[in-house]
Amino acid sequence: MMHNYLYFIWPFKQEILLLLAIFILLLVQIFVDKPNKEWTMQWVNLFLLITVFTGFWQVGYTSDVSVMFQLSPLIAFEKSVLAFATYLISLQGYQWLKHQTYFIEFYVLLLSSLLGMFCMISATHFLFFYVGLELSTIPLAILANFHLQKKQSSEAAFKFIVSASFASAIFLLGISFLYGSIGTLSFNAIATQLNVNPLSILAFVLLFTGLLFKISVVPFHLWTADVYQGSPVIVTAFLSVVSKASILFVLLNLLLNVFYSLEQIWHLMLLILLLLTIFVGNLFALRQQNFKRFMAFSSITQVGFILVAFMGQHVLASAAVIYFVVVYLFSNLCVFGVISLVSTTTGKENIADFKGFYQSNPFLAWVLLLGLFSLAGIPPTAGFFGKFFLLLSGIQHVQYFSWITIAALNLIITLYYYLRVVVVIFQRDAAAEIPKLYISYPIKVSFFICIVGVLLVGVASWIYQYIFTLDFAAF
Amino acid sequence: MIVNFLLIVPLITILVLMLINQPYIKPVALLGAVAQLIIIIAVLIEYVSIVSPHHELMQLQTNIEWFSPLHIHYHVGIDGISIVMLFLTALIVIAAILISWKETTLQKEFFVLLTLLAFGAYGFFISLDLFLMFFFLEVAVVPKFLLILIWGSGKKAYSATKLVLMLIGSSALLFMGIAGLYYNEPAEWHSFNILQIAQMQLPFSVQIFLFPFFFIGFGVFTALFPFHTWVPDGHSAAPTAGSMFLAGISMKLGGYGLLRLVMLLMPEAAKVYAPYIILLATIGIVYGAFATMAQKDLKYMNAYSSISHCGFVLLGIGMLTPVALTGAVLQMVSHGLMTALFFAAIGMIYSRTHTRIIQEMGGLLAYMPFIGSLFILAGLASLGLPGLSGFTAEITILVGSWQQPITAYKIATIFAAASIVITAVYILRAIGTVLMGKYKTYQPNTLTDASWYEQWAGIILLIGILIVGILPFLLMKLLSPAILTIQSVILK
Repeated sequence: MMHNYLYFIWPFKQEILLLLAIFILLLVQIFVDKPNKEWTMQWVNLFLLITVFTGFWQVGYTSDVSVMFQLSPLIAFEKSVLAFATYLISLQGYQWLKHQTYFIEFYVLLLSSLLGMFCMISATHFLFFYVGLELSTIPLAILANFHLQKKQSSEAAFKFIVSASFASAIFLLGISFLYGSIGTLSFNAIATQLNVNPLSILAFVLLFTGLLFKISVVPFHLWTADVYQGSPVIVTAFLSVVSKASILFVLLNLLLNVFYSLEQIWHLMLLILLLLTIFVGNLFALRQQNFKRFMAFSSITQVGFILVAFMGQHVLASAAVIYFVVVYLFSNLCVFGVISLVSTTTGKENIADFKGFYQSNPFLAWVLLLGLFSLAGIPPTAGFFGKFFLLLSGIQHVQYFSWITIAALNLIITLYYYLRVVVVIFQRDAAAEIPKLYISYPIKVSFFICIVGVLLVGVASWIYQYIFTLDFAAF
Repeated sequence: MIVNFLLIVPLITILVLMLINQPYIKPVALLGAVAQLIIIIAVLIEYVSIVSPHHELMQLQTNIEWFSPLHIHYHVGIDGISIVMLFLTALIVIAAILISWKETTLQKEFFVLLTLLAFGAYGFFISLDLFLMFFFLEVAVVPKFLLILIWGSGKKAYSATKLVLMLIGSSALLFMGIAGLYYNEPAEWHSFNILQIAQMQLPFSVQIFLFPFFFIGFGVFTALFPFHTWVPDGHSAAPTAGSMFLAGISMKLGGYGLLRLVMLLMPEAAKVYAPYIILLATIGIVYGAFATMAQKDLKYMNAYSSISHCGFVLLGIGMLTPVALTGAVLQMVSHGLMTALFFAAIGMIYSRTHTRIIQEMGGLLAYMPFIGSLFILAGLASLGLPGLSGFTAEITILVGSWQQPITAYKIATIFAAASIVITAVYILRAIGTVLMGKYKTYQPNTLTDASWYEQWAGIILLIGILIVGILPFLLMKLLSPAILTIQSVILK
C-alpha cells in the first residue's frame, strides 16, 4: 500500500518540496512572533538545494501518472536549473533581505512563482499549463512592488501586472481557438492532429504572442525596461534569469514538439522576430545610463540570440538552448550580484557611478567583468561556447545562412556596449565613487559559484554532453 | 605529447602568477616565457628527427574528443610553418616581458594578460581543429582591449574599443565561414577537423561562397587595405609591450590563418580570388608607405609602415607560387621581429624623452648609443638592407611574384618593389631627425642609455633578425615541406 502512494507521489517530488517549504514558511509566519531571519533564509536555501539535487536522483519517465503531467530526466534537469538559479538569487539577496520586514512573504511569493514554473514545464495539457503560467506570473507582480517606499517600484508592478494579464488574455484566446480547431487541449493530441489551416494558425499566433510577451521579444518588449528598473535588484535578476528560462524551456517543448507541424510558418515568424529583437535590444542598450535598464535591453538581445537556435533541428537546438540558459544563468547572476550589492549598500545604480570601480573593489570588478565578457561571448568564458552552439544550431538550414550572418554581425554592437561598462570600471582619472564594500558570507559563496560556473561550464565539455544525452533521450 | 606542453606551460604560468605577490611576479612571468622557448626548441628537435621530405603534413599530433556530440576535438599538431611562428611568438613574448620590467601599475594583472595573449597565440598556431583555432584566436583578442585600456596612453578607450570591435567583427565573419564549412561537408559526418576537410575537396561553389568570409575575416587581422584602420590607433595607444605583441604576433594570426586554412581548404577559390587579393595587397603596400611619410608620431609611423609590410605578406599569399609563399612566411617572421624591435626602441626613447613627435627630438644617438643603434638596425631591417631580415623576406616575395607570367601581376610586383624606396625615405628621415643633429627641447642629463633588461630585450630580437637575414636557408628548409604541400593542393 505504502509503495503505491510513493509511486504516485514520487514524480512530483520537486513540486512537493517547494509546497512544503511554502507551507512551513506560512506556519512560521503565523505561529512565531519574531522569526530569526538568518536562520530562516538558510533553511529556505537548503530546501532549494535539495530541490536541485532531487532533480538528478531516480528520475524516470512518467506518462501514466496523470494526463496533464509529465516528467523525464530532461524536465527534471530543467527544474533543477531553475531552482539552482533561485538559490543563487536568494544568496545574493541576503544583504537586502536582512533589512526587509516582510521577508517571509517575499520567500513565499518567490517559491510560489517557482512552483508555477515547475507546473508549466511539466504540463502536457493547456489547462494545467495555464494554471502554472498564472501561478508563476502573479507573485512576480507583487515581488516587483517590494520596494514599498519607492514610487517607481509600484509603477513597475502595475506595468507588469497589466501587460502580463494582457498577454495571458491573448494566450487564453489562442487556447480557445485551438480548442475550436481540433477539440482537444492535450499536447500529445495536438502534436498528432494539428494540420495547417487558418484557424489553427491564428490560434498558434495568439498563443505564441502570449508567450513572447513573457520573454520580451520585440515588439512585445515595452514593459521590460521600466519593470526591470523599478523592481528590487534581486527581483530583476529573478525576472531576467528564472522567469525567462522557464518560458524558453516551455517554448522548446511547444515549438519543437507540439507545434512542429506548423514548422514552415513559425520558422519565418521567428526569424523576423529574432532579428528585430537583436537589433532593437542592441540599439536601445547603447545609450542606457541606468545599469538595470541596461541589463534589461541586454537580456532582450540575449533572448534574440537564444531564439536563433530554434531554427535548427530538434536535439541540437534543444541542447544549445538549455546549455545557453545554464551559461546565461551564471553570467547574468555575476552581473546582477554586483549590481545588487552596490545598490543595496550605496543606493547607486547608474553605470557612471561605477567609475574607477576596479580601484576600490578589484574582486567585485573581476566578477562583473567575467559576467559581462561571458554575456558578450568571449573565450575562455562559457558564454563563448554557448553563443557558438546557439548560432551553429541556427545555421543548420542553409537557406537561413545570410539572415544568421546578420545576427552574428550584431555581436559587434553587443560587444560594444558591454565594453562601454568595462571602460567605466577601469577609468582611473578620478577617485572611485563607490567605497570598498563589505561582502557578506552568502554573497561570497554565490559569487564563487558564479565564477566557477562562468569559467568551467564552457571548457568542461561533459556538461554540454550531459544535456545532449538527456535531450537525445527525450526527443 | 610534447606539443601539449606549449599550452600547459602558459596556463601554469597564469595560475602561478595569480597566486603569488609582488617581488616574484616579473621573474615568474619571465621564467614561464623562457620555459616555453625551451619547449619549442625541444619540439623543433623532435620534429627535425622525424620529418622526411615525403612525410605526412602534420607531426606530433594529439587528438582528444572535446564536445563529442558536435564532433569538436582538441586536436593539435605542428609543421614547419607553425614551428617558425612559435619561435617568433616566444622571442617577442620574452622581449615584451623584459621591456615591461619597470611596469608599476597593476603588475600582476599586466603579466597575467600578457601571458594569456601568448597562450592564445600559441594555441592558434598549433591547433588543427577549426573550433579550437577559433577559440584561441578569440582568446588572443580581448586581453588586448584591457592592455590598451589600462596601461595605454593617448586616446586609449577609443583605440581599444575600435581595435576589439573590428577584430571581433572579423571573427563573426570567420565564425560564419567555419559554420558554413561544417554544414557543407557530406551529411554523414560533420567535422571541424582541418586535415579531413582538406582531403575532401569541397565543391567549387561552396569554396567560392565561403572564401570571402575567411579572407576578410583573417584579412582584418593582417591589416588588409580597407579594414586596416584599427592598426594605427591600436598600436599607438598600446603600452610598449602591447604594441610589440600586436604588431609582432597578432597581425601574424591572420597571415597564418590564410595560409593554413584558406589555401589548404579552398585552393580553387583562392585561384579565382587571387587577383583581388593582389589588388588589395598592392594598394595596402603603396598606401601604407605614403601614409607613413606623413606621420609625425614615431608610433604612428611604425604602425602605418606595418600596414605596408603586411601588404607584402598578402601579396606573397596571393601570388600562389611556392617561392612567394615561402617569402610570405619569412616576411611574417621578419616583420614580427623588426616591428617589435622598433616598438621596443620607440618605447625606450619615449620613456626618457616623454615625447614621440619626431620633430621634437634630435641628436639622441650621442646620449643613448645603444638605444639609438637598436633604432637604426630596426629601421634598416625595415627598409630591406641585405644581411637583415627584411631583405631576404621581401626579395623572396618579389622573386616569387615575378614568376607569375600575368602582366597585371608583374605590374603589381613593380609597384610593391617601388614602395621600398618610399620606405627608405621615411626611415632614413626619421633616423636623421631623431638620432642625428642637435638635441632640442629637453634636458639632456635625463637621457640615460638602456638598462640591462632593455638591452636584453633588444639583443634577443636582434638575434632573430640576424638569423633570418643571414641564415634564411635554415628557415626555408623547415618551411619547404609545408609549402610544397600547399603548392601541390593548389596545382591539383
